[in-house]
Formats: sequence, structure tokens, C-alpha cells
Amino acid sequence: MKIWRGQILSAAVLAVSLFLSGCNKPPGESFATSDVIKVGEFASMTGSEATFGQSSHQGTQLAIDDLNAADGVLGKKLELHMEDDQSQAGQPATVVRKLISSDGVVAILGEVASSRSLEAAPICQENKIPMISPASTNPKVTEAGDYIFRVCFIDPFQGTVMANFSRKTLKLQNVAVLTDAKSDYSLGLAKFFKEGFVADGGKIAAEQNYSSGDKDFSAELTAIKAANPDGIFVPGYYTEVGLIALQAKQLGITVPLFGGDGWESSALVPIGGAALEGDYFSTHYSPQDTSPAVQNFVKEFKAKYNSTPDAMAALGYDSAMILAAAMKTAGTTDGAKVRDALAATKNFAGVTGKITIDANRNASKAAVILTINNGQFQYVQTVQP
Amino acid sequence: MNIRHAKTFFLGALVLCFLVSLFANQINSYWLFISYDIGINIILAVSLNLINGYTGQFSLGHAGFMAVGAYTAAAITNQFGELNPYLSIAVFLGALLAGGLLAAVAGLLVGIPTLRLRGDYLAIVTLGFGEIIRVVFQNMQSVGGARGLSVMHGWTNFFWAFGFAAVTVYVVTALVHSTYGRGFIAVRDDEVAASAMGISTTKYKVTAFVVGAFFAGIAGGLYAHSKQFITPGGFNFMQSIAIVVMVILGGMGNTIGVIIAAILLTLLPEGLRAIADIEHIPGIVTAHPFVWVSDTRMIIYSLLLIILMLTRPQGLFSLRKSLSK
Repeated sequence: MKIWRGQILSAAVLAVSLFLSGCNKPPGESFATSDVIKVGEFASMTGSEATFGQSSHQGTQLAIDDLNAADGVLGKKLELHMEDDQSQAGQPATVVRKLISSDGVVAILGEVASSRSLEAAPICQENKIPMISPASTNPKVTEAGDYIFRVCFIDPFQGTVMANFSRKTLKLQNVAVLTDAKSDYSLGLAKFFKEGFVADGGKIAAEQNYSSGDKDFSAELTAIKAANPDGIFVPGYYTEVGLIALQAKQLGITVPLFGGDGWESSALVPIGGAALEGDYFSTHYSPQDTSPAVQNFVKEFKAKYNSTPDAMAALGYDSAMILAAAMKTAGTTDGAKVRDALAATKNFAGVTGKITIDANRNASKAAVILTINNGQFQYVQTVQP
Repeated sequence: MNIRHAKTFFLGALVLCFLVSLFANQINSYWLFISYDIGINIILAVSLNLINGYTGQFSLGHAGFMAVGAYTAAAITNQFGELNPYLSIAVFLGALLAGGLLAAVAGLLVGIPTLRLRGDYLAIVTLGFGEIIRVVFQNMQSVGGARGLSVMHGWTNFFWAFGFAAVTVYVVTALVHSTYGRGFIAVRDDEVAASAMGISTTKYKVTAFVVGAFFAGIAGGLYAHSKQFITPGGFNFMQSIAIVVMVILGGMGNTIGVIIAAILLTLLPEGLRAIADIEHIPGIVTAHPFVWVSDTRMIIYSLLLIILMLTRPQGLFSLRKSLSK
């Protein structure tokens, strides 16, 4: 009994002292570094989606370095505070609070995954700290409040883009749609594709559904073949898309397939192989884009990291650049004023195209169409909204 | 901790958490938020300790019960939270209890058919059960499916988190130290002998599961209302393991040890973040001397766990072998 009383006491003392040691973060830091502007970033640097987080962080860091090389913003250098959320649910809420309350950042950049952006968004909104997500395409993210922005387009937009492209550039009349009925992403793309394609005078020849995880698509593809379309829209993810392409060729379907950014993966071609040749998909950016902004970015990125930047890196870069531009316009780092400047962003020349922030704080911008040629993704054209 | 101390502890904890919650707005919101995590992890670890520690059943499905509580409570407050601002406390409390009860029902459902199993077999079944719950939520479109569910009200605060932690500690301690509760320890120490003495081992195991699942459900509800966004991915196998680690590190069947382990393991990763942020050491002038910690944080964390397990296999804080006296 005596021992236990002692243990309770020591446990209590330990707990309280740990708690207090946590609270007493030296406040000296804030004024010692008041000549810099602190920008927070949260990214999945480790865990299951580490490749996304590391790419977007490299892009963001490059942007901050570029800005600082050009004398920073408002006469101050930018300081990037990055925290890893381990690709884990529950972590973003903690790290974003840390960035805001302990580090005192004036804005937050992140995250790629929509689910983690959704966790951080209400906290940024509550603290009136502008947050810019580089690549969360779920429409709900920016619905969290008027401080939440993104620099990528949202899911439905790609459907419209592909409708324009297939109708106007490929001159298709009659297309079939093969949708993943289990995925909101796929359903959203299919809906907006059909509306856009019909509005442009095209016809939907057939509609078929599959479920992600399916391996055999011969029933759906046979039905599509019977409708004799001149193209098939497959707004799915790369695993199923590769198999669909293979099985379509086996059934003797020779018309092109096309889809959205769910196709973009280094695993697509190994699955689909030669069956994917001449197919198209839309995405955020291509390093082969000949515009000087993209080529400049690719050159700088290669010099710093010795690798070719992917879409996440480009979007990370743009998220930091658009924030800096808004701070310059606002003339201050005050949350509400930066928010107003961000909301008023028009035709911002980013690496991923000209960005205009719309009334729902989403980026309205061009999409890039890629094709598959000799097993490589090749730039075709940029489609304006 | 015997029952008399448990009562003192319980009352003391309630008063303390009420007092601290009065000063909550003075505390840095980041550390305040971590304190909610601490409270929630105490509930999870202490309730799992009833199953794994006192009753000696190796469960790997605690995150599944947590998910049931989180989704139930979140769905209720999202639906009824706006009714009347004066009723919000009642709605929140009701939602938490409903989440706990539903999780307890889940514990009963998994308990009855499977608790005749022992050891590794039971561990695998509970693991499978936790995954089933996660996949069910992943495919349940009414609560957002794989895209997750936004929780509108961030109602979890210091008082609720630590109030429920105190209740959990009290109930588990009181239960284990009651005449009835000696059965849990008998089942752990020697199941055959306990059974020979007329103890219904299955009934004890199911009871432990139901009570443990109830508090895991409460913790899930608190978690949902502190993070304000839940996805099925957050209640995966790794979350179950994290709770098991707290129990093992604290010493199986040692409530105080488990509480301290829950506190330490929640603070450790955040403490490493704080170390990585140190800008310079007075005297030794280097900018950011520990910045490498931010990249190797999780490796350091894992290494510390391995070292602790090698040096203290009986648990960090167990002065005596167990609490069975």
C-alpha cells in the first residue's frame, strides 16, 4: 500500500512536470526571428504516401529558396517550417496546431491527400490562417471555410476537359463510358464528361460500370464493342485501366481509350503494356511542356535535386509562389488580408498553368493532355478551361 | 492501486481536470491538443489493459472498437448537434455513451463466438475482427466511406478527455479489485485451474471484452470530436498495435504503469519534434543543432521502444510483478 501511494505521487509529479515542460516553450524565439516570415507546411514525408509528400515538399522548398534568392517577400526572408504527418490520420490535426500555436506561422501549405487536408482545414479556418493545398482534388476540402484554397483543379473539371478534347481535337462522335461505380472520383469525372460531351454535340453510345478491384472486364467491354463507339472514356485508376486496355485489345477493340489523372502512375505502362499505345489522359502538368515557366522550373529542380519534377512537385512550387504573390499584393502577412488577396488571384502564371482562384477558392486553370507513346507519357497539348 | 486509493485518485483526478479546464485558454493550443490525445490514449490503454493485462487475453482489435465509437458518436452529433446550443453537452455525452454502448455490443458479438479460443488464435481472430470493422466503414457511404467523415463539432476538451480517463481508471480498478473481479486474474494466471474451481472463464473473458470495448468506444468518440475528421484508415491495425505497445510498455496488469506509458508514448514523438526545433544551444553556437532529429524522429522513437523492451521486459514501471495482491 505504501509503495502504491508513492507510485501514484511520483506518477502525478512526472505527468505534471512533463506537461509543464511541454508548456514552457521558450517564447524568445519569436522576437529573435521577427525579420523572417514563417510559413508552415505539413506533408507526408514518411509512411504509405511518402512519395507524394516528399515531391510536394521538394517543390515547396525550391519555391521558398527561389523567393529568398530574390530578396524574399515584403523585404523579409521566408522561413519554411515543415512537419511530417507520417501519412497517418490524426497527425495533421496535431502538426498544424503545432505550426500555428508553437511556431507562429502566418500561412499553411499542404497537403496532397484530401483526407489529411480535410483534417487540417477546420483548424486553419478557426485560427484564421490561410491554407493552400497543392493537390487535394476532393471538392469538400475548400468547403471547410473561406481561408482554405487550392492550386489544383477539382475532380469534375477533368471530365469537362476530356469532353472538350475528345470532341474538338479527336473529333469523336460516339463514345462509350466505363465508370468505376465504387469511386466518387470516377463517378464525378464520368458525370461531367457526359454533360460536356453531349453539350458539344456528341453522343454517348454506351455506359458500363465496374468496381475497383475487378480483374475481368470482358462482359462490359463486349457490351461496349457491340455499341460500336469511336472512343472509350475510362475515368478510373491505373491498375484497372491497364487491365481494361489489355482486355479491350484482346477483344479486338481498336478505338482509343482516354481518362483522367488517375492514370498517371509509373505502374500504368507495366500493367497495360503495348495495349495503351495512343491512349490519352488529362493531368496537372507535364515536364515536356515547352512553355518557358515549365522548362525553367524543370531545369532548376534538376539542378537542386537531380531528378525530374512530377506533378506534386510542380503543384507544391505553385502553392508557395501563389502565397508569396498574395502577401506582396496584400502588403502584409495578416491572415484576413492575405486571404482577400488570395481570393482575388487572377491569371497567376504558375508552373502548372495560369491560375485563377474562383468563388469557391478552387483553382480554375488549364489541364495538360498526355498520350502514351512507346511506353512513355508524351505531352500533347494544354486545354484551357 | 487498491480500491480505496482508486476512489481518492478518481475524485482527485476529477477535481484536477475541472480546475485545469478553467485555465485551458491560457495553455498553448498545440500542447492542450496533445493533452487530449494523452487523455484518449489513457482510456484506450487502460481499457485494453483489462483485456490483455488483467484477463490475459491477447486482443489486437482495440482500434476496431474505437472506430465503432468514433463513427457512432460523430454521426449522432452531426445529426443532432445543432438542435439547441444549451443541449450540446447533453448531446455530446449521449453520443459518447451511445458510441461506447455500440462498441460494447460489438465486443459482445466478437466475444461470444471467439473467446473460447486462446492465445495466438484469439489474437488473430481479434485482428481480423478489427479489420472487418474498418472495411465495413470504408464501404458505408452514409458515413463517407473511404473519403472519411467530417465531424462538425470540436467538443472534446480537457475536462471530457481526462474526466473519462479518470472514470475508466476507476471502473477498471474497482472491477478488478472487487470479489467478482478476482476471476479476471484467476483466468489470466491459470485458466485450467480457474475453470476447475468453478469460474466460468468464457463469461469472464466476454465481460472483459465488453467493458474494454465500451471504453474504447468512448475514446473513439472523444477522438472524433478532437480531430474533427475521421477516416477508416485511422483505425487500422497499426492503431491497435500502438495501444498494445502502451500496455506492454507499462507492464501488463499494472494500471499506473500503463497510464504513464500512455502519457510517455504520446509525448515522446512530440518531444522529439520540439528537440528538432531547438535553434541553438547557448554557448555552443550552431544553427539548428538537432535538425537531423526531424528526419530520423520515427527511427529514434522505434529504437527507444526496442531498448525499453530489452531492458525492461516486465514493463517500465512495474515495481512488483503484478497487481494480483
